[in-house]
Amino acid sequence: MAQTLQRTPLHDLHVALGARMVPFAGWEMPVQYAGVIPEVKAVRTDAGVFDVSHMGEFEVEGPRATELLQATLSNDLARIDPGQAQYTLLTNERGGIIDDLIAYELDGFRYLLIVNAANRNADFEWLKEREIPGSDVRDVSDAYGLLAVQGPRSIERLGLPEAKAFTFAETDIDGIQCMANRTGYTGEEGCELLVMAEDAPALWKRVLERGVVPCGLGARDTLRLEVCFPLHGQDITPDTDAISAGLGWCCDLDKEFSGAQELREVKARGPERKLVPFVMDEKAVPRTGMPIEGGGEVTSGTHSPMLGRGIGLGYVPAATAGVDSELTIDVRGRPRRAHVVKRPIYKREENS
Amino acid sequence: MAATETYPADLKYHREHDWARIEGDEAVLGITWFAQDALGELVHYEAPDEGSTVTKDEPYGEVESVKAVSDVISPLSGEVVAVNQKAVDEPETVNEDPYGEGWLIRIRLGDPSEVDALLDAEAYKQVVAEQ
Repeated sequence: MAQTLQRTPLHDLHVALGARMVPFAGWEMPVQYAGVIPEVKAVRTDAGVFDVSHMGEFEVEGPRATELLQATLSNDLARIDPGQAQYTLLTNERGGIIDDLIAYELDGFRYLLIVNAANRNADFEWLKEREIPGSDVRDVSDAYGLLAVQGPRSIERLGLPEAKAFTFAETDIDGIQCMANRTGYTGEEGCELLVMAEDAPALWKRVLERGVVPCGLGARDTLRLEVCFPLHGQDITPDTDAISAGLGWCCDLDKEFSGAQELREVKARGPERKLVPFVMDEKAVPRTGMPIEGGGEVTSGTHSPMLGRGIGLGYVPAATAGVDSELTIDVRGRPRRAHVVKRPIYKREENS
Repeated sequence: MAATETYPADLKYHREHDWARIEGDEAVLGITWFAQDALGELVHYEAPDEGSTVTKDEPYGEVESVKAVSDVISPLSGEVVAVNQKAVDEPETVNEDPYGEGWLIRIRLGDPSEVDALLDAEAYKQVVAEQ
């Protein structure tokens, strides 16, 4: 396992800022700077920036690019136009989730897919094997850096115009060309800036100069869990299906794609287990892999700085998946009470 | 904010990163600066019950941070006479003041001779330097 970790174009800047670096999906990444809790609060109240350059980018091009993606991705690309993006799943023949990703329609013949770092190779092979004449899939990950700027003041701090979620446009931030995608993984307003790898360090510095707080993967994981965004590899995997995971909304079961028939069957008979968000009623921090009494399992868990309590996602039998259902989680041999809540777990109070 | 790195000379140390302040036939126990720094921001302290017994070199509780959980090893044996409720209610106190407000339990010593086996601050700093 003496594998060399890859580094993003911002590696040296993270080290200079005093980040704690950890291995993640084959990359050496900053897990925190000042601390997970202050970083989470910065994103919830102002603006934070994450280096997510480890994520993979594919370009899918050609007159039959749409056809290839419609046959492999769960969501219906016909619902978006150039300049728009869509959350979607790459599914296997069993309806299992190979990856979750965002597809950006550049023009009618060209798409950009931004995929999870850990699945980059598996996704690429899967798509490459299914290429049809008139479609070409290229892994362009190494050419780009990606900075996620998130928080209620992020757009204002970057000096960007207001725009709808899941749109994108070419832009210029302090003289640096980038693509500003109105997407993210925190539940806050914000954008993900796709930039040429050689320009990434300069862009990172300009973003920090605008008062945006550097944040690590620790805060990112907590933020996404507070708003119930699944993490591939934990909450969703090639062995779990979109219906059980509550992701039926991004599966167009009226079209044919890999695993569509299996998903229709799961939907028709109802899933045996469902992925549910829960909040602890006793002091304890749920963690991945902890059993839930009655045949369930925690897939993600942490302490929520915004709620001041343990929170998590886990699969439970459908009978106990309803909101307010009481759960008992085995925390290293100690039974601890929790209850199922509505998505998202954290939502800013309207009048604050 | 987090405390700065110190290992007070008036404390005794256990190589599992715990400290003891001997006060007559009692001792106050906690985790060292190194331990809280390695764990990061603490969010939960699973404390023992008052009246229970703790055993030298054995876990008596857990401290959990945003990213990891760790057993707390007792440097000495004895009976728990007090639990720091402030550390239970506000675990970040342990990060802020690991040797003061962030103490974990107070025990009545079962075998005062056990103290002799603990490390002084200089010896413990060597343990930390080797990590």
